[in-house]
Amino acid sequence: MSQPKRDGIGNILLVAVSVCLVCSILVSGAAVALKPVQKANQVLDQKKNVLIAAGLLAEGATVDAAGRGVEALFANFETRVVDLRTGRYAEDVDAQGFDQLRTAADPSRSTALATGEDPATIKRLEHYGLVYLKRDASGAIETAVLPIRGYGLWGTLYGYLALDSDLETVAGIGFYQHKETPGLGGEVENPRWKAQWAGVSLFGDDGAPAVALVKGKAPEGSDARSHQVDALSGATMTSRGVQNLVNFWVGERGYGSWLENMRGGRV
Amino acid sequence: MASSKEVLFNPILDNNPIALQVLGICSALAVTVSMANTLVMCAAVTAVTAFSSLFISMLRNHMPSSIRIIVQMTIIASLVIVVDQLLQAYAFAISKTLSVFVGLIITNCIVLGRAEGFAMQNPPGLSFLDGIGNGLGYSALLVTVALIREPLGAGTLMGYEILPTVNNGGWYVPNGLMLLAPSAFFIIGLLIWALRSWKREQVESADFEIADNIQYREAL
Repeated sequence: MSQPKRDGIGNILLVAVSVCLVCSILVSGAAVALKPVQKANQVLDQKKNVLIAAGLLAEGATVDAAGRGVEALFANFETRVVDLRTGRYAEDVDAQGFDQLRTAADPSRSTALATGEDPATIKRLEHYGLVYLKRDASGAIETAVLPIRGYGLWGTLYGYLALDSDLETVAGIGFYQHKETPGLGGEVENPRWKAQWAGVSLFGDDGAPAVALVKGKAPEGSDARSHQVDALSGATMTSRGVQNLVNFWVGERGYGSWLENMRGGRV
Repeated sequence: MASSKEVLFNPILDNNPIALQVLGICSALAVTVSMANTLVMCAAVTAVTAFSSLFISMLRNHMPSSIRIIVQMTIIASLVIVVDQLLQAYAFAISKTLSVFVGLIITNCIVLGRAEGFAMQNPPGLSFLDGIGNGLGYSALLVTVALIREPLGAGTLMGYEILPTVNNGGWYVPNGLMLLAPSAFFIIGLLIWALRSWKREQVESADFEIADNIQYREAL
């Protein structure tokens, strides 16, 4: 092996070009070939998170007690797109393949929020939002699941809030992505803490969202208690964030007008 | 020339990439908070080290020395992207938490260290085994750290509860430090200390000696 030939400019170019060529074919081949599987994973993951929030599927499980898988369970849900500005269904937007987070980043389909009107610190609010509806045999809504998000301590928490048939009582909550400290704010994932949310009443007497995360709940049977959830110990900022984001999304700027319309039978 | 058995098993105790060479500490701190993540990360690092050493060794006689690091990095980076894509396709839940760290395998010193230090001088078969061996050495240390961190930090192992925590109605108050990166530093430090007390030959000779205070005034 002659040393000068190996270090010659010709060989350098040859090796560089061929290595780049082979590597780029390898990388793009893998990306293209695996794309369908990855896409299916993301869709399945989203469905799973909706089911977990609605309490139909245990965390980490792939089938429920009756052995039904994610697809079978999700088949009971109807996916609709709501125009958050009017509180009515947006018939011109296709729910299939609608990406709410991408919509929030699109200036033509979202509004920037000023600091004062943005308690959940989401910066931009999309004009359209998804709802997942589960109907009973008579066609009445049994469960409605809303996507929610907002800032905690370290980053945005993404989750789903499930509502009972009256659309003012919480059925369940779940966060599928967050950056909170494990063991402190990260306890938003704790099933025991999440179980307290079931039955919490969302709106106060004046109709405004009134959920509160508190240290020491009001006495049993009092009106205040029906809106209260135990705050997470050692995670004041996360608790405050969760309180703000839940109230924001069920409030006027979020799904509030749609919920009101639904309760009044106006949709 | 080293025998293939030595090449494969030496990195586990005698020439551990983390404990002796002190490479790849970054990911050792980041992923060891849960055992499931650790195992996937170990498999990913082992696969990348083995295959990058194999390919680099195959090319070693054609690689111009002026661009060799760039060529090595290109090969390593491509392999890491392929591994990341595979994880996203077949281990989606784990890839969501590990994605950032998998990308960082590119900068894991062990991979480039073995490519530059071993694969450039040895035939492909032996380099492949060396990659596997160093991956195993990395895994052995990470699994030990995770075995300490996950139970003490979260009361679980592989997600199964072994110490019932107070939050779940048990008695164990989780040690928050174990969930944070610095705890891995302490554990790795203690492991290196233990290993070097057992295998004295791994103790590095001092770079310099501290001179005695010959004049008592120096102490003042």
